[in-house]
Amino acid sequence: MSPAFPTTRRSVVLSLSSGDAGERTRAFDTLVALYWRPLYKYARVSRGRSPEDCEDLTQSFFTRVLENEALASYDAGKASFRTFLRMLFDRHAANETKAALRLKRGGGSLAVDFESAEAELAGDDASAISPETLFQREWARSVFTLAVERLRLECSASGRTTHFALFEAYDLDDDRSVSYRDLAARFGLTETTVTNHLAAVRRTFRQLVLDTLREATASEQEYRAEARALLGVDG
Amino acid sequence: MNWLSDATLDHLRLVADQPDVSSTRYELIREIARGGMGVVYEAEDRELQRRVALKVLATEVAGPEAVERLRNEARTIARLEHPGIVPVHDAGILPDGRAWYAMKLVRGETLRAEGRSRTELLRLFLRICEPVAFAHAHGVVHRDLKPENVMIGSFGEVLVMDWGVAASVQGRGEEGLVVGTPGFMAPEQERGDSAPDTRADVFALGAMLRLLLHNERPPKPLRAIIGKAMSASPADRYRDAQDLAGDVARYADGLPVTAYRENLLERSGRWISRNRALVAMVLTYLVMRVLVFLFGRT
Repeated sequence: MSPAFPTTRRSVVLSLSSGDAGERTRAFDTLVALYWRPLYKYARVSRGRSPEDCEDLTQSFFTRVLENEALASYDAGKASFRTFLRMLFDRHAANETKAALRLKRGGGSLAVDFESAEAELAGDDASAISPETLFQREWARSVFTLAVERLRLECSASGRTTHFALFEAYDLDDDRSVSYRDLAARFGLTETTVTNHLAAVRRTFRQLVLDTLREATASEQEYRAEARALLGVDG
Repeated sequence: MNWLSDATLDHLRLVADQPDVSSTRYELIREIARGGMGVVYEAEDRELQRRVALKVLATEVAGPEAVERLRNEARTIARLEHPGIVPVHDAGILPDGRAWYAMKLVRGETLRAEGRSRTELLRLFLRICEPVAFAHAHGVVHRDLKPENVMIGSFGEVLVMDWGVAASVQGRGEEGLVVGTPGFMAPEQERGDSAPDTRADVFALGAMLRLLLHNERPPKPLRAIIGKAMSASPADRYRDAQDLAGDVARYADGLPVTAYRENLLERSGRWISRNRALVAMVLTYLVMRVLVFLFGRT
């Protein structure tokens, strides 16, 4: 049995300045997938602006990130990439006046679902926590959401749809009372097969979380620190 | 993509981090500690029906080199069979590639000086030196000795823990790698001269002795022992833990120590203190003779 170690993904920070246009596009898509929701919600809670303003602010921020190559000024020794991006967003928000945002309205190109984010905010008691904590929590949620999506794609591509269905039913369902026996009956499998399938799909999931985290961070040191914070008991 | 609820997010965090030990005879109970290299869990050995401590390579450092380091750690501890060193029971590789090893679960508390007399503290210190001296005799250096790595078991047993950065004295250090803990780290360790040397452990033991005795001003010979153990140059320190323990034991027995050259007055004082009964008998005899002499004449 060979140990299953990750095919190390590159940090998006590095990939955004790659000479390969395809790699740059993929890195940008990952950056957006990881950060649009935390930044949008952070803007809504910290700035008290309307949903429309915050949509425009988020749209224009990502456009500006690419246009101005602002990420080049990132210094891994000073702050985590996540903190740096939030500070960049704060600066961007301070510079963008409401009038300017109105002028830009409709010019956004991100294919993201702001309405769903707004609905999540409405159902969430976001006022109980600081905007920074909210941003951090949403970032963690984005990392896991992206890893789940990648797991779904990977299981589908490798013909392991039952594996993902089991994972979905056991690990993604808020109902924690479901047992392996229930799943065995529902999927027409033995309990041992359920146990083995879940163990295998969780291994893949663990790997995808780490891969995603590696992409979301700029250095090995930051990656380890974020992994400890995200997965450890202190997280 | 579906939005993950807080409860699902918390559950997924556990799923992503918790090792899958279903291929072993252990069942995880709870996380005890988390370090840079690994996570230690309390686990149930289903076969022998006892609790053990299971150290599993941390998710974020997992890789071939880290696996080898953890396996070496297990092998190093397994070689050191001593009552003061936590025994390793079992070791292996999980299906996800992470190395692990099972060891005795120690229940107790970490080393504290409070509420102990100097005699007790010195006795305790000598017991800490024993496993370290044993390791030195087997060519192994701990490299991260500090009070947090000493456990006093519920039956008074003294255990030196966390041999995670221990290395063979024959081995080569990793260039520029800083191992140890500030305050207990020898100057050469702080500089990153990581070639394993027993005298780095001697420095840490000296720092621990100083800490244990911090509530009092130790007598000159003890201060000299601490000073010699913590010399800036390794050449000026004790050779190894055995050498240091020898001097501390000599002090505890009222004998002259190699680290301190005492004057005639101090030597006499120490001799008197060590031979109190004899001195008392001689004095009594002399007083009696004087009395007999004085009253005998009248």
